[in-house]
Amino acid sequence: MSDTNTIIASSEGRKRRSWTFTIGAIIVGLHLAIGLMTLVWTPYDPAALSGGRLEAVSFLHLAGTDRLGRDLFSLIMTGSRIALTVGTGAIVIGGLIGMTIGLLAAFASKTLDDVLAAGLDILIAFPTLLLAMLIVAASDGASLQTAIVAIGVANSAIVARLTRILTKRVLAMDYITASRISGTSWIGVIRIHILPNIWPTLLVNLALQFGLAVIAEASLSYLGLGAPPPNASWGRLLQEAQATVYTAPIGAIAPGIALVSLVIGINLLADGLRDLADPTRRSRR
Amino acid sequence: MTPLLDIHGLSIRTGEKSLVTDLSFSLSPGERLGLIGESGSGKSLTALAAIGLLPDALKASGSVRLDGRQVIGARDRDLVPLRGTAAAVVFQEPLTALDPLMKIGRQVGEAVKRRATRDRGATDKASITRKVRALLDQVALPDPDRIINAWPHEISGGQRQRAAIAMALACKPKLLIADEPTTALDVTTQAEILALLARLVSERDMALLFISHDLPVVAGAVDRLVVMQHGHIVETGLVGDVFNQPNHPYTQSLVAAARAFDDALEIAE
Repeated sequence: MSDTNTIIASSEGRKRRSWTFTIGAIIVGLHLAIGLMTLVWTPYDPAALSGGRLEAVSFLHLAGTDRLGRDLFSLIMTGSRIALTVGTGAIVIGGLIGMTIGLLAAFASKTLDDVLAAGLDILIAFPTLLLAMLIVAASDGASLQTAIVAIGVANSAIVARLTRILTKRVLAMDYITASRISGTSWIGVIRIHILPNIWPTLLVNLALQFGLAVIAEASLSYLGLGAPPPNASWGRLLQEAQATVYTAPIGAIAPGIALVSLVIGINLLADGLRDLADPTRRSRR
Repeated sequence: MTPLLDIHGLSIRTGEKSLVTDLSFSLSPGERLGLIGESGSGKSLTALAAIGLLPDALKASGSVRLDGRQVIGARDRDLVPLRGTAAAVVFQEPLTALDPLMKIGRQVGEAVKRRATRDRGATDKASITRKVRALLDQVALPDPDRIINAWPHEISGGQRQRAAIAMALACKPKLLIADEPTTALDVTTQAEILALLARLVSERDMALLFISHDLPVVAGAVDRLVVMQHGHIVETGLVGDVFNQPNHPYTQSLVAAARAFDDALEIAE
């Protein structure tokens, strides 16, 4: 009886998760499509003055205009591209650095492992945004690239710590010993056993980090440390709309919705991804 | 005949604590030896030391020669070719002995491929699959087509252990180390796995190092016994001799316990 209940409950759980995956994929897909579209077409040139100052929402300007008279909808569309670019870049950098350090720590001697683990803990205790600000300040000046590198490096500590823990857990398993006994080299063990086993958890974490990277980029841009003009980052749009938030609230609401919808979409996608990558959670065939 | 596995004066320590002290025994090709003792007596550590896979925190001293090569103090890289060809291991817990994220067929296939690469044999997909199927047949797994495409969590504990044995066999080892291979299984499955191991060892003319805490289980599977307690060898001898005339008090208590269990069965009948 209780078995039947568990099976029903878990199949409902799977259904719910695949549902979240679909919604997440649709939202992220929409942002991706819009981002790609801005490469060839936007309703107006996002940098040009296409209307009066602070125009209200109309069919001509779907999200009104900003205080200079630029079309906000076109700016927000371009913002999708920037958010996705920074998110992807940060995840690639954070993932590569983080996984390398994490694997290194898991295989290192006890002393080196302790040093690396302590270093990671300190990095993680350091606020991501503050770290990113430091990196931006230390480089030649704010640009899209510095934002990507800064957020990526800040993310890498979290990825490294997770990789280290997951790898150590897999290394303690009998099948690693069995594989070693049958003559697999350490490189082979990493390729055949460790990466496939840590990948599902790591993938979900990377997806969540993607969402955090999008928020971090908006925060950096809001502070003026992100992509400089004419890049229309959502964070900068929010900052520019701040002065006129009572007279033209749409200027803050529209980029806000764009930012929140992308982050929620990514989180839903992350939730659903885990089940696709892990066969033990997939329905039995 | 030179012994396949020759352990002489092996000691294993962690920090100040001695886990295995001055252990010596040897194993000839084709011989079946049982290593018996209670939990924590150092049986499994001895097996790991035999193939040079002790955790870094443990220090081994003495001499372990596997297939004529010194294992203790050897570099890991030098041991890789020795492993698998000289010895393979079947573990106690079949669930953790298989990678949960790899289908059984591929898992056995990896071991087959490694051995084929070493022998410079064919490593194309078709011949690997053929060999995997033959191995699954040999360990008497039913419905090999289904098992090849099954994930480890989709088959039973006994079937998992058979798959693990197939992986060990794929290496074509001269010595099979079975580390409590039946402890996690129910009694009927246990008997089947024991019969399977006995058949495979004689068919393939492998040596067997059988590790267990269960005297009756070991007695049926091996010719000679080494009894360990607290990291020391307390008694060695042929199975019949040890059973009929146990010298050491620990062995006597093991035999008495086994007899008491038999008697209880007879009374129950």
